[in-house]
Amino acid sequence: MSHYPEGDALLAQINGRHRRGAIWRTLFLSATIIAVLVLIALLYNVVNSAFGLTAVENKVDPASLAVDGVPLEELSKEQLVNILAAHISTGLGRRLERDQLFFETQTVFEDPALFNELCASAEPPAACALPARSQEDVYRLVLERVVEPNVVQTWSLADSVLHRSAVLAQAQQEFPDAEISFRSWLTPAFITTPQSSEPELAGVRTAILGSLWVIAITIAFSFPIGVGAAIYLEEYAQPNRINSLIQTNINNLAGVPSIIYGMLGLAIFVRVMEGFTSGAALGLMDDSTTANGRTILSAGLTLGLLILPIIIINAQEAIRAVPGSLRQASLGLGATKWQTIWHHVLPNALPGILTGAILSMSRAIGETAPLVVVGASTFITVDPSGPFSKFTVLPIQIYQWTSRPQAEFRNIAAAAILVLLVLLLTLNATAVYLRNRYSTRMA
Amino acid sequence: MESHAALTSETATIMNADSAANSLSKRRRPGETLIQGFLFLCGVISILTTIGIVYELGKEALLFFRTDGVTLTEFFTSTKWQPAIGDFGIWPLVTATLMTSAIAMLVALPLGLATAVYLSEYASDKTRSILKPILEVLAGIPTVVYGYFALTFMTPLLRSIFGDGVVQIFNTASAGIVVGILIIPLVSSMSEDALHAVPNSLRQAAFGLGATKLETALKVVVPAALSGITAAFVVAISRAVGETMIVAIAAGAGPKFTFNPFESAETMTGHIVRISGGDLSYDSVDYNSIFAIGLLLFFMTLSLNMLSRRIVTRFREVYE
Repeated sequence: MSHYPEGDALLAQINGRHRRGAIWRTLFLSATIIAVLVLIALLYNVVNSAFGLTAVENKVDPASLAVDGVPLEELSKEQLVNILAAHISTGLGRRLERDQLFFETQTVFEDPALFNELCASAEPPAACALPARSQEDVYRLVLERVVEPNVVQTWSLADSVLHRSAVLAQAQQEFPDAEISFRSWLTPAFITTPQSSEPELAGVRTAILGSLWVIAITIAFSFPIGVGAAIYLEEYAQPNRINSLIQTNINNLAGVPSIIYGMLGLAIFVRVMEGFTSGAALGLMDDSTTANGRTILSAGLTLGLLILPIIIINAQEAIRAVPGSLRQASLGLGATKWQTIWHHVLPNALPGILTGAILSMSRAIGETAPLVVVGASTFITVDPSGPFSKFTVLPIQIYQWTSRPQAEFRNIAAAAILVLLVLLLTLNATAVYLRNRYSTRMA
Repeated sequence: MESHAALTSETATIMNADSAANSLSKRRRPGETLIQGFLFLCGVISILTTIGIVYELGKEALLFFRTDGVTLTEFFTSTKWQPAIGDFGIWPLVTATLMTSAIAMLVALPLGLATAVYLSEYASDKTRSILKPILEVLAGIPTVVYGYFALTFMTPLLRSIFGDGVVQIFNTASAGIVVGILIIPLVSSMSEDALHAVPNSLRQAAFGLGATKLETALKVVVPAALSGITAAFVVAISRAVGETMIVAIAAGAGPKFTFNPFESAETMTGHIVRISGGDLSYDSVDYNSIFAIGLLLFFMTLSLNMLSRRIVTRFREVYE
């Protein structure tokens, strides 16, 4: 016979239990709030680095390069080429000219006869096939090679705003020659300029284009196959050994670490199928690159295999949610199995399938590890021209910039992260929009 | 007579139509069969993927173990991984992986479970509708961004707490904590599903016996959902073991046999990324060795995932 408390002891016990309840409730709530705080800290950390005061020292003051009071960026292409010619060595000029000509009809650094000879040789330089450089392009070269801006120090956004005067005083003292200005590392130019070894001139254009190419191939490969497999498993598969093997296998594949897919891609797409993925088998090999199978196509197919299980599982759920009465009504009216699926099951499952596909797409856009293994290029400045080009993607770019010791690379990594997050946000918003739009229409 | 003849002909027509209908339902439809075959092939691709993974990783790993000076015994017993001088002991990489995963679980387990309990047992519908999307956003952020966060936020934070002399720039503690943050949403959403599946009658019964909300949650609901929660933890461990970018960025480069979380160490995944990111020739021991590591990693995560599924099917409490 156990003794239960009575009277005051009972009251005390109940109060104690309630107090314990309140304490734990607060603990549970604070755990949840920690998750929210982490998200805020993460975003704050990125924004904090993407904007802020910078001290820049120029080797040549751009104001001194102005001609007749016209500022540097508004000069004509001819004037800019003259500035370039006056400041850089002929050797460097020749190299730049072999990459791309300055004028359609004449050469500046190179001997015209020699250039024609080079173009006729077995390995013509890139300039022979390309149009001449634009004014913008030459302006960029002048900045990069003549002005040579060098970021000597950067401050975070918080410091720049809260301790502005202290930062300015410190900068005046330490870098008397530097020009101090508030800088947003995320600018329109950051999105439209290609990669550069100078952080202040670097952009993510090649990385964005690379990401879009890779993702297009990923979806083109995995969407039809994924939906097909889901239809098979939900509508056709009899409960026998092979079909349950397929189902278990898909569930297990969804849990395989992404880096393993990268190794599979390296072994299969890059090495075994090199002839196909480098374009050599189709006679489409990109001459300007030596990608050796480490191409956009290999990357896209690798990510395709990676998101295939996710697409299948999501599509299966969407198809399972279509009421069976719909199928029976269609079959009862004499439709064949495929007609029933194509005209009734799929249209009703479409919002769910699309949402799943878009969510797996945003997973693929953020994937880094498998693409490092497949062999993303570390430095390319040329836009990808097709599935057989070398590639880099946004997350790879972020990874490389983050791994550099110099502070400015952290700043552009932060700016690139913002670009990536906006891209993902757009995709997810599209998924929500599609889901809402189609589900109201079907209802 | 005439009408009779008309009648029979009519019957005949109907009968004809009937038999036509029969033949229609029995007609061979090569298109349908073709489509079914194609859809079956789509399903088979997933099996081919698994076979491809096991075959390719196995083949290269076999080449690795056939290299002179590499033995299975050394691989599983030595505590040195220095390919340059022919030392291939997997332990430094495994201990680093176990350390980051253990730290990650120390973070994700209590926080994830507490979040799940709060969301499922305490939060009002309105609070849930605000908090759940935030957790989903956390789950959707690419891991490379978490890597950046670990290196530029968590490491400086740890260094300011414990001192620059104690905490190295690259360390497993910072990487592990951030991996833990990454898997909080996974733990909380899977656990919450499990808690949600517990029937309300159990809660009502507990309340009826005079239990407080906390007692109901911790002594009735959580034990009833234990199989699902355990499965969530096991999946989370597998995710932490396979996580790559955070450890590649923040945990450091260079295998080191250490149990100090403030020192740099290289995990299995981090090593694979670093080696394959450099110039890699296909015939080198380095190339083959990462496949051996990959194979081990594959079997580790696979057995964890299978264990999780087993827990769910074996120990699930079924309520009518």
